[in-house]
Amino acid sequence: MDVLIHHIIGKYNYWLYTILMMIGLYAMIAKNNLIKKLVGMNIFQTAIILFYVSIACKKGATIPIIEEHGGSVAGHAIRVADYINPLPHVLMLTAIVVSVSTFGVALALAVKIYQKYKTLEEDEILMRLRDK
Amino acid sequence: MTHNFPVLIVTVPLLSAFIISGLSWVKKSLCFPVALLALGTSVFCAIGLLFRVLDLGVVEYHMGGWMPPWGIAYRVDLLNGLMLVIVSLVALTNLVATHRTVVADFPEKHGTFYTLYVLFVTGLMGISVTGDVFNLYVLLEITSLTAYALIALGQPDRAPLASLNYVFIGTIGACFYLLGIGYLYIMTGSLNMADIASLLPPIYHSKAVLVAFIFCMVGVCTKMAFFPLHVWLPNAYTYAPDAATSVIAPLMTKVMVYVMIRLVFSVFLPDFSFHVLHISHAFVWLACLAIVMGSLLALSQKNIKTMLTYIIVSEIGYMVGGFWLGNRLGMSGAILHILNDAIMTLCLFLAVGNISYKIRELDFVHLKGLFRKMPITMAAFVAGGLSAIGVPPTCGFFSKWYLISGAIQAGQYGFMLALLFSSLVNVVLFFRIIEIAYFEPMEPHNDTTGLKGSIIEAPLTMLVPLLIVAVSLVVVGIYSGDIVTTLIAPILPKGIG
Amino acid sequence: MEMVNSIRPLLAVMVSLCAVPLIAAARKPNVREMWTFLAAALKFLIVISMLPAVLRGSQFTYTLVEFLPGAAIRFKVDALGMLFALVASSLWIITSVYSVGYMRGLKEHSQTRYFCFFALALSATIGVAFSANLLTLYLFYEMLSLATYPLVTHHQDREARQSGRKYLTYILGTSIGLVLPAMLIIYHLTGSLEFSSVGLLAGHASKGLVALLLFMLLFGFAKAAIMPFHGWLPAAMVAPTPVSALLHAVAVVKVGVFSIVRVLIGIFGTDLLFSYHLSTPILIVASITILAGSLIALSQDNLKRLLAFSTISQLSYIILGVALLSPKGMTGGILHIAMHAFGKITLFFCAGAIFVATGKKNISEMTGIGRRMPVTMAAFFIASLSIIGLPPCGGFWSKWYLVLGSLEANHLSVLFVLLFSSFLNACYFMPIAYRAFFLRPEESMFEKGVQEGPPFCVVPLVITALFSIFLLFYPQPFLDLATMMVRSLGGT
Repeated sequence: MDVLIHHIIGKYNYWLYTILMMIGLYAMIAKNNLIKKLVGMNIFQTAIILFYVSIACKKGATIPIIEEHGGSVAGHAIRVADYINPLPHVLMLTAIVVSVSTFGVALALAVKIYQKYKTLEEDEILMRLRDK
Repeated sequence: MTHNFPVLIVTVPLLSAFIISGLSWVKKSLCFPVALLALGTSVFCAIGLLFRVLDLGVVEYHMGGWMPPWGIAYRVDLLNGLMLVIVSLVALTNLVATHRTVVADFPEKHGTFYTLYVLFVTGLMGISVTGDVFNLYVLLEITSLTAYALIALGQPDRAPLASLNYVFIGTIGACFYLLGIGYLYIMTGSLNMADIASLLPPIYHSKAVLVAFIFCMVGVCTKMAFFPLHVWLPNAYTYAPDAATSVIAPLMTKVMVYVMIRLVFSVFLPDFSFHVLHISHAFVWLACLAIVMGSLLALSQKNIKTMLTYIIVSEIGYMVGGFWLGNRLGMSGAILHILNDAIMTLCLFLAVGNISYKIRELDFVHLKGLFRKMPITMAAFVAGGLSAIGVPPTCGFFSKWYLISGAIQAGQYGFMLALLFSSLVNVVLFFRIIEIAYFEPMEPHNDTTGLKGSIIEAPLTMLVPLLIVAVSLVVVGIYSGDIVTTLIAPILPKGIG
Repeated sequence: MEMVNSIRPLLAVMVSLCAVPLIAAARKPNVREMWTFLAAALKFLIVISMLPAVLRGSQFTYTLVEFLPGAAIRFKVDALGMLFALVASSLWIITSVYSVGYMRGLKEHSQTRYFCFFALALSATIGVAFSANLLTLYLFYEMLSLATYPLVTHHQDREARQSGRKYLTYILGTSIGLVLPAMLIIYHLTGSLEFSSVGLLAGHASKGLVALLLFMLLFGFAKAAIMPFHGWLPAAMVAPTPVSALLHAVAVVKVGVFSIVRVLIGIFGTDLLFSYHLSTPILIVASITILAGSLIALSQDNLKRLLAFSTISQLSYIILGVALLSPKGMTGGILHIAMHAFGKITLFFCAGAIFVATGKKNISEMTGIGRRMPVTMAAFFIASLSIIGLPPCGGFWSKWYLVLGSLEANHLSVLFVLLFSSFLNACYFMPIAYRAFFLRPEESMFEKGVQEGPPFCVVPLVITALFSIFLLFYPQPFLDLATMMVRSLGGT
């Protein structure tokens, strides 16, 4: 029972992201339609982004915007435990940009493929390639 | 001025890429000169940086003046210095050599091509110069995205699909790397390579660090096309435009090998990678498999470009295996081979680019009698082939020397046999092409100029860089000993046997 | 022993390398031929210029570049190297004369390419002769393999293609698969690759490892055509005859055998071979090749193929001599490098002259040819005497020393092999001469009247045949060089 609580429920965020990642990977590998594969790729990347964001969390802390306690901010020591770690969020902003660009490039490629083959199903495309 | 070299080497091409992009709308003919200027500056900075590092040991540049580990630091030691020189020189040579091909293949879009090209090189140089693991991820993705786009510009019926496959597999690789550094961040709280290295030793035996290592390595191996994660490489490189292949093929996978070496030397120190984990034997065996499979798959190809891509898969096996042998000889061989393979691959792909520019088709049947028609290009091709086989005094012989010596010293005779097998297969591969080009008379339909028997060599701007690269194969070979003693030996950490 | 640091060894190698662009760029055939002759003459002169000093006991040395401690490109001219270089450079001049006659007589194509690669091949040969260590030797050995490929496949037809493949498979396959790892293992064991007078490996390796390395190197230098890696030599006979003459009677095959002799003396050393009883396996391998080569030669009808198998057999005489490990035996083996070269090249020249003059390749078609081409066949007869080992030809000396050497080393079985093989040689050479001269005029296949080959072909073969006789009476400087080499070895 202890094991259940500690390893599974206590670390539910890691489990969630692992499951999301696996869903994304599954879609990339098993689905035939190119757009579905792309969406799977996006889910995979999003899972990793969520993983990073989750590790920034602290118990009882608030978003990392410094609250003013009257007077100027400088000169006051910041109580670190009051704010969640902003660094992973910042890193993930970059990662989201990367993810979006990759998705954009991949969609452009899918459009080109569609223009050429008039289908987005991978097995049909491969069959047409073999016929050439 | 010189202390800005680490950042100039990345920012100049980056900003030029935007300028070229703008120019491609306004005045296309200026795109190439701007690209030339940008990459020329990078070469200048890279060489200057290498000399500085030879003097000072390590050069650091802190972005925005922020001290690491809070800010991003660029850290250049001999390993990156060497990589930067390789990347910038190869990129510049290829830019000059393929100008004609680009203008011929993309009459409307060559501005776009040059934008992507310069961005690609920016990414590669950024990967080589950075000292921050997350910055490396970002630059890795810049490199990959531009590579995807460059590849997709190739043959319209096959290139987009090949590129899309590369997108899928490449993204998985990059995301694994991202996950790996995420674990490292959780365990150490830092993203700076040197900082992580100092924080890791107490926690070497934790599972999270092990997982971080595995994810990082798998991610890098995917990007590096290490067998069996190589499946994206042959199609992507074959169907890409020739000008793109001759810059992506020599550089992309080698820079990934550099990343692997950097992770092992400077993040997970050799102590961890070799002594705490016992995976070096497994890596060497996988490398043997990569070498053998790469060679065998190359034998079955009918297209010269595809054959060369499988040779690349084999060469990656040399580098990975040599590195994981764990002794000075093997590692020197691996790092020397990064240099040698970059030159060799550039030479071979430029030669193939010349052939393709004149002959249009690259299946073996179309190569008949080429020695008569394009003697200089074929001579350079033969030089590249001899280097792949490992004939002295070309550079390929000397990296094989170190790799085999390292294998003998480590007792890994399987690796030595794989290397010899690969040399023998390369003999068959290259002499097959030499035979076809030497023996059969030219096909009538290849006779585009209507002058039977006359030489139809590629234009001078394509020939001269090719010849320079071919000659440098021998020159670098002759100076291998000096290169190893001055540039490579100091890179290796002290504890390696 | 005095070491002289001089650039002359490098110059000897570079002369023909520098001639290649000049040959390639020449517009007129006569200009092109002039460059070849100039390079050949210059090379010979440079080699000769070092002869007096070497005979006095000095050695020339020159280091080009050093890669690793103990692994450098270094030249050294000692007695053995000088002997081989003399043979190769002198015969190049004569072969060039012959080539002119042959190629123009048959109106061959791509003559420029032919002369260019010929020059390259000779450059590599002299490079091997003057190598001071195994790395330099390997470098020039590979260069020779690559430079001779276009020469072997000169005719660019189907047969040439198959032979070219066989050539590369045997020669590159063994050098990369056997010599390269052996070289690296030796470097790993001893930290050096230099040929020393006492043998490099002494004290560094166990008996099993030494035996393994010995066999790797013995079979790895497949240019020596030791069975079973001899298959490339008969196949290479598709090449034009000057190629077969110089390269496959003198340069390429002697490079192979020279490399083995160098390695036996300089890397293993006579002491090591003696103490590990390794001379017997080498003797067995050599003897098998000698006898089998001669036996197969007996059954050949194509003249060049017969000469090829004869060469295979004769090459192993050299290895046999050195493997005897006795002073006279080794002298005989080394001397045979020179004697066989002059004899065999004459035989090939004759075969080529016959082809140019009559178009005949097979012995069965050559009945009565002695009346039509008396000078050529007389030269053939003299040269075959030299190969068999009978006076009045120089080959007698090398056979004499070999016989004495086998008695000295108490290897009576080797004596038997030598005598039986000489008998076999007579069995396949004498019928040719008999057919040519002594059959009745009605049975002759040729018209009456004397019609020799072109003068450019006949004069060289007369010169080499006469030289074979000359060598009997004046075997110096070859004999001196051989004895000097043997004397300079430590031990024995």
